[in-house]
Amino acid sequence: MMRKNIKYLAILALGIIACEPEFDNPIDEAGTYTSGEADFSTYVALGNSLTAGFADGALYITGQENSYPNIVSKQFAFAGGGDFTQPLMSDNTGGALLGGTQILDNRFVLVFDADGNPVGPSVYTGAAPTTEITSSLDGSFNNMGVPGAKSFHLAAPGYGNVAGVAGGLANPYYARFASSTTATVIGDAVAQNPTFFSLWIGNNDILSYATSGGVGADNNEVPNLDPTSYGSNDITNTTVFAGVYSQLIDALTAKGAKGVLLNLPSVTSIPFFTTVPYAPLSPLNPDFGPQIPTLNATYAGLNLAFAGIGVPERAIEFSATGASAVVIKDESLDDKTAQLTAALTPTFGALKAALFGAQYGQARQATADDLLVLTSSSIIGKLNEARFAELVGLGLSQEEAGQLAVNGVSFPLEDKYVLTPAEQTAIENARTGFNATIAGLATAKGLAFYDAAADLAQAANGGIPIDGGAITSEFVTGGGFSLDGVHPTPRAHALITNGVLDAIKATYGANLPRVNPADYGTITLNNDVN
Amino acid sequence: MRKLLLFILFVSVTLVTYAGGYRVSVQGQRAVAMGHTGVAVVNSAELVFFNPAGLVYLENKLNVSVGASGIFTNVIYQNQGLGTSSETDSSVGTPLSLYGSYKVNDWMSIGLGVYTPFGSEVEWPTDWAGSHLVNNIELAAIYIQPVVSFKISDHFSIGGGPIYVTGSVNFNRNASRTTTDLEGNRSNITVDDSGVTNWGWSIGAMFNPTEDFHIGFNYRSEIIMEVEGGEATFSNFPNSPATPANGTTTFNAELPLPAELTIGLSYEYEKWVFAFDYNRQFWDVYKSLDLTFGNGSNSVNPRNYKNSSVYRLGLQYQATDKITLRAGYYRDETPVQPGYFAPETPRNDSDGFTGGLSFAVTPKLAIDASFFYLRFEEVDASYDFGTNSTGGRESFGGTYKSSAFAPGLGLTYKM
Repeated sequence: MMRKNIKYLAILALGIIACEPEFDNPIDEAGTYTSGEADFSTYVALGNSLTAGFADGALYITGQENSYPNIVSKQFAFAGGGDFTQPLMSDNTGGALLGGTQILDNRFVLVFDADGNPVGPSVYTGAAPTTEITSSLDGSFNNMGVPGAKSFHLAAPGYGNVAGVAGGLANPYYARFASSTTATVIGDAVAQNPTFFSLWIGNNDILSYATSGGVGADNNEVPNLDPTSYGSNDITNTTVFAGVYSQLIDALTAKGAKGVLLNLPSVTSIPFFTTVPYAPLSPLNPDFGPQIPTLNATYAGLNLAFAGIGVPERAIEFSATGASAVVIKDESLDDKTAQLTAALTPTFGALKAALFGAQYGQARQATADDLLVLTSSSIIGKLNEARFAELVGLGLSQEEAGQLAVNGVSFPLEDKYVLTPAEQTAIENARTGFNATIAGLATAKGLAFYDAAADLAQAANGGIPIDGGAITSEFVTGGGFSLDGVHPTPRAHALITNGVLDAIKATYGANLPRVNPADYGTITLNNDVN
Repeated sequence: MRKLLLFILFVSVTLVTYAGGYRVSVQGQRAVAMGHTGVAVVNSAELVFFNPAGLVYLENKLNVSVGASGIFTNVIYQNQGLGTSSETDSSVGTPLSLYGSYKVNDWMSIGLGVYTPFGSEVEWPTDWAGSHLVNNIELAAIYIQPVVSFKISDHFSIGGGPIYVTGSVNFNRNASRTTTDLEGNRSNITVDDSGVTNWGWSIGAMFNPTEDFHIGFNYRSEIIMEVEGGEATFSNFPNSPATPANGTTTFNAELPLPAELTIGLSYEYEKWVFAFDYNRQFWDVYKSLDLTFGNGSNSVNPRNYKNSSVYRLGLQYQATDKITLRAGYYRDETPVQPGYFAPETPRNDSDGFTGGLSFAVTPKLAIDASFFYLRFEEVDASYDFGTNSTGGRESFGGTYKSSAFAPGLGLTYKM
C-alpha cells in the first residue's frame, strides 16, 4: 500500500510540474535557427568607425555595444555563434587621453533649452574622458573596427604603434589593442582564425575628402598608386583600393572562412552634407536682411566687372524677398583674380581692387548642386576673424574690413565648407569604382554582399518604415544618424544588422532571427555641457 | 482508500481556472474545488461572497469559513522572428477569504466577509523585450463586506450589503523601448500607492423550487479605485529639460474593479451536488489606464476591455461521513480584445480544472482543501497601442502561454 502511494505521489508531482507552461515550438529548441553553410563560431568584424560603433563624434561603450557587428553576433549566437569581444572604451563620455593629455573629443549630446526646445548638439562635458590610449588592452578582439581607418590602413604595419599616435602616423584606437607595434589590422584579424567575417571598409577613402569639403587631393585625377604619400583628406586611388581590398579578402578567406561584404553609401545619403541648405540667407534674418541693399549695391560694381571680363554668370545678388544662396569659393572655376583686379582698379583704386580681385577671383553664389557641410552652419553669416584681421592689416578700416569678412555673405565660403559638383564627381567616381570592386569580389569569392548604399539612399529619400515610424537621414530627428551627422545611431546599426542577416540568408541559407530597429535608440539628450 | 487516491489524482491532473483580466476567482476553498461555483450552493459561510441571500438557509446558527490559497503563476513569452524570449518569475499570490454568518432568527441572518477578488502579480525580468509595457506589477484589493440575508419564504430569500475596498498598487516599467540616460541605463517609472479606498455593494437572491433545487442570482457592483497623490519615482532619465526629472513625484490614476453578475443553480441528489454558475463580468468599464504625474507628464494606455463570461461546473460527492470530495471545471473567456494584449495582464481564454475535499475533524470542524489549475491556450497576441518616444504608435507582440496553479487550505466551523 505504501509503495503504491509513493507511486501516486510521484504521478501527482509530475502533474504539478506539467503545470509549467511550455510552447508547442520553443525557439530555444535546436533547429529553430540555422547557420546554413556558414559557421559563426568565430566571427571577426573588420572595418572603420562604422564597424567600431563610433557615434556622436566619439567612441564610447554604449555605442560599441550597439555596433552592428555586436548586434549581428547576438543573432549568430542563435545558430552556433561564439563569444564576441570588443575593445571597449573606458566610459560613455567618449574622448581619449594620450599620456594624460586629451587628444580625442568627447561625444556630442543633444541640448535642450528650459522650455524643452532643442538647441542643438554640443560636446558633453559632464565627465572627463578616462580612456588612456597608452594603456593597451590584453588579448584579441572580435570587433576589429578601427575608427578613421582607410582601406590600405588595414594592411599597414605600425598602424597601431602607440609611439606614432602623437605624430599622426598611427591610429589611437588601434593602438589600444594592436598585438604589437608592427602589427596590422588584417594580421591581428586572421590570427584569430575567423570562421566568419564581415568587411565594411573604404568609406574613409572618400569620406575624409568629403567631410573636409574636398580640400584634399583626388589621387584618381592624376593616378597616384602610393598610399604612403597620401594626405589624410585625399581620395584613395581606385586601383590601390582594388589591390588592397583583394588582399584583405584573400587573407580572410585563406582558411575557408565565409563572410559578408558591405558597400559604400553616397555622401548625398548623409546628413553631414544634406542638412545645411545652399541658400540659407533669409531676408527675415535681422543680421542679414537690412544689409541687403548695401550688399547688392557693392556687388553691382563687381557684377559689372564679371560681365566685362566675360563671366557674367558669376554675378552675385541677394534677394530681398526670398532666401539667397551663400557666396562660395569654387576652386574648379578659372581664377580671374588678375582680370578682376584690372577691371576694378579704375573704380576702387589699386589696393581695394587687388583685395576684391583676390577675394572674388573664384567666387560665385552656391546652387542646389553644391553641398554645404554640416560644420558650415555655425559660421555662415558670422564674421571671419582671420580674414578681418588680414584685411585690417592690409590697410582697410575696421568698418570696411568687417563688411568684407562675413562668411558666405561677403567673404566666399572657403573650400573646406563646400562640396562643389566637381568635388562630388570625384567622390562619386571613386565610390563607384570601390563599390564595383566590392561587389565583384563578393561574386567572385562567393561571399555574401549587403548593398548598404541602397538602404542609406532609401533612408535619405523617403525613409525606411519601422514599427512606430520611419528611419530617415534627417539630422537629429530622423533616427538614422547620430549627432555628428555622419555615423549611424544604434537604430541604424539595427537596420544594417538586418541587411547583413538578409545577405547571409541569401548566400548561405542561414536562418536567423532579425532585430526590430524600433528597439534601438537614436540620439542622447543631455544638458551637461559648458 | 485506493478509490479515494485515484479520485484525488484524477482531479489533480485534470485542470482548473482563474478569471480574465486581474480578477482572481479564489473566494472560498469549497467553491474553488467545485469550479468556483456557489451562487446557488447552500453549503457554508462562503455564501457571503457568492450569494448572501443563501445565508439564511444555512442550518447552523454560526458558520465560519476561512481559507487561503497560494497561486503559482507562470507566463512565458517568445517571438520567433526576433529570437526574443522571456518568462515571468514564478510569482506566488496569496488570496485569502474569511467569512462568518450568524442566524439572528428564522428569517434573518447577518454575515461578514473579507476577501480578495482582484489582484495581479506579474514580474518579468527587468529590461526584458516588453519592459516598456511592464517590468513588474503588483495589484491587490481587499473587500470587506457586512451582509444581511432575509428569508421571504422557504422558497425565496434576498440578501446583500455594502462593500468597503482597500487596495494597493506597485507598478514599474520602462519609459519607452529606447530612452536611456547617458550611461545607457533604461529610464523607468515606478508607481506605488496603498490604502486606496472606496465603496461598493452586492445584492443577491435565491429561489428554491424544491428542497434540493436552488437557483441563485448575485450582482456585485463596479468599484473604481481612484489613486490621488500616489508616489511615482522616475529613474535613469537623461539630464535634459526635454524629459521628466529623476526623483519622486505624485501620480493620479483610476483602475476599475468591474461589476460581476452571477446566475446559477444547484441540485442535490442523494450524496451528490451538482452546480452550474454563469458569470458575466462587466470589463467594458476598463477603457484605458491613464496616469497623470505631478511633474506634468502623463501616460495613456488604451485597454478597451470587453465584457466577458465564465461558465462554471461543479460536483460534490459525500464519500464518507467524514470526507466530501469535490471537482469542477470552468471556461473563462478573456476580456482582452485582439491588439490589446498587454503583458501586465497576459490573459487569454482559459480552462480551469479544480478539485478538493473536506475532512470533518469533528462534526463542527472541517478542513477544506482545494486546488485549481488554469490552463491557457498558447496565443499569438500583441499590444498595438503603445506610444513611442516621438509619439508614434507601436506594437509589441509574440507568442504567450500562461498557467496558474493554486493549492489552498481552509477551515469550516459551524455550530
